[in-house]
Amino acid sequence: MPRHEVVSPIPGVFYRRPDPDSPAFAEDGSTVTDDQTVGLVEVMKSFHQIQAGASGTLVEFLVGDEDEVDAGQPVAVVEIG
Amino acid sequence: MKKLLVANRGEIAVRIIRAARDLGIRTVAVASKADADALHTRLADSCVEIGPSPASKSYLVTEAILAAAKETGADAVHPGYGFLSERAAFATAVADAGLTFVGPAGSVIEKMGDKVAAREVARAAGVPTVPGTPGGVDGVDAAVEAARHTGYPVMLKAAAGGGGRGIRVVHDEDGLRTAFGQASTEAQKAFGDGTMYLERFVERARHVEVQVLGDGSDAVHLFERECSLQRRRQKVVEEAVSPGISEATRDAMTSAAVNLCREVGYTSAGTVEFLVDDAGGDFFFIEMNTRIQVEHPTTELVTGIDLVAEQLRIAAGEPLRHSQEQIERRGHAIEYRVNAEDPTKDFMPQPGSVGRITLPSGPWVRCDTWLEPDGTVPPYYDSLLAKVVVWGADREEALARSRRALDEFTVAGIPTTVGLLRELVDEPWVGSADFHTGTLEQWLAERKETS
Repeated sequence: MPRHEVVSPIPGVFYRRPDPDSPAFAEDGSTVTDDQTVGLVEVMKSFHQIQAGASGTLVEFLVGDEDEVDAGQPVAVVEIG
Repeated sequence: MKKLLVANRGEIAVRIIRAARDLGIRTVAVASKADADALHTRLADSCVEIGPSPASKSYLVTEAILAAAKETGADAVHPGYGFLSERAAFATAVADAGLTFVGPAGSVIEKMGDKVAAREVARAAGVPTVPGTPGGVDGVDAAVEAARHTGYPVMLKAAAGGGGRGIRVVHDEDGLRTAFGQASTEAQKAFGDGTMYLERFVERARHVEVQVLGDGSDAVHLFERECSLQRRRQKVVEEAVSPGISEATRDAMTSAAVNLCREVGYTSAGTVEFLVDDAGGDFFFIEMNTRIQVEHPTTELVTGIDLVAEQLRIAAGEPLRHSQEQIERRGHAIEYRVNAEDPTKDFMPQPGSVGRITLPSGPWVRCDTWLEPDGTVPPYYDSLLAKVVVWGADREEALARSRRALDEFTVAGIPTTVGLLRELVDEPWVGSADFHTGTLEQWLAERKETS
């Protein structure tokens, strides 16, 4: 199956949930759609949603909750289909 | 006070270290991993690394800061602005550790940080507040009833709010009924307290604030600043004194601010914020900031008083050094906040590496910054790169000097807001000070449409 890497366009801190008390946007194995938010990146006190960018199964997150990410760094993998 | 720990970073940490040095006080910087080689860490006499890069794991950790103070033998802590500066629990923890907190007591921070309590203090001091509910309202029906008395439009606000969050403007009863639950839930989530109050919304408001100093028994004002040029409730340009109020309004407003400080026995530098109704000049208390503010240099330039040095002296137990009669204003000052943001991409923050930079300087131009050539702008903190502050004998001269200073400012490597600020200076409505708190956003929206 073709694999799609979800990339953070900006550097910052990656969050898997909208706030500390809410469930994660997606888990390993979740079915996701193209425009579905799978994480947030906080950069300079502003939050940016990271969309899956492809429909299919989110097979794995490549970074942990609250990990620091660089611009262009893959944060998750979606198997398209 | 022999040794001061500065519990902050960026330009304000640099600013505080310099003021302390002027007074012969030794300084301790704290730094997250990302800031290990930042300017403030090198200017201070010593530096302690207090944790990983995100502020939640370093600059916001009270225990780490207190441990750094203990390790270095600091006897005082200056919180700067942001971070822990208005957290009552932090001020109390500093005091409990036997250290001097450069700011008011935790109990005062707590009282003035609770917007409902602050309004009650203002009323007790005879300071006008925006017509609204005296305290939190108990549910949506009570809000509707209260709005009948204040009149629409009405602003719904979270009692525990801040930074523009938990606020809704509604124009009629239907709008109020829809917004109340949402705003309350949002406030509950954001601040752990869903209490809402409401007040009349002033359509064309100027944001004018009075700088004060108090030593616990007496208080003085250092005139006012106008901060009406805002984007998303964040100040962009500030000036001292306000070009948009009459001398009568100025007198009444500055007296009201001093009365408020006396009412709470205020200690340290603080700012009493008002909304001024541009239509009639009525002013209303909105809140008090119990810390040094970003825009404090404009007041310093028109009064010649070093506000941070005064904070340190007051914290060390000295009485106020200036009587009200001794505090004079001279000329006009304007501050521009230069941010690492791309105005062409909806002000997207732009961290990264910078190359060559040229900072403005020259006669009557001050640039407060932490930015250095070939430095890095980390993604973890706010986007403020520098404050360009200019002084002129009058507002016209200050605007002319603004053009020169902003033209000189270049940063290679990342987009900044400096070009946009320069463009702003030439706008006729800026020149004539014909603006209110919504004007800048309106201008940005129109500019976007025509580009």
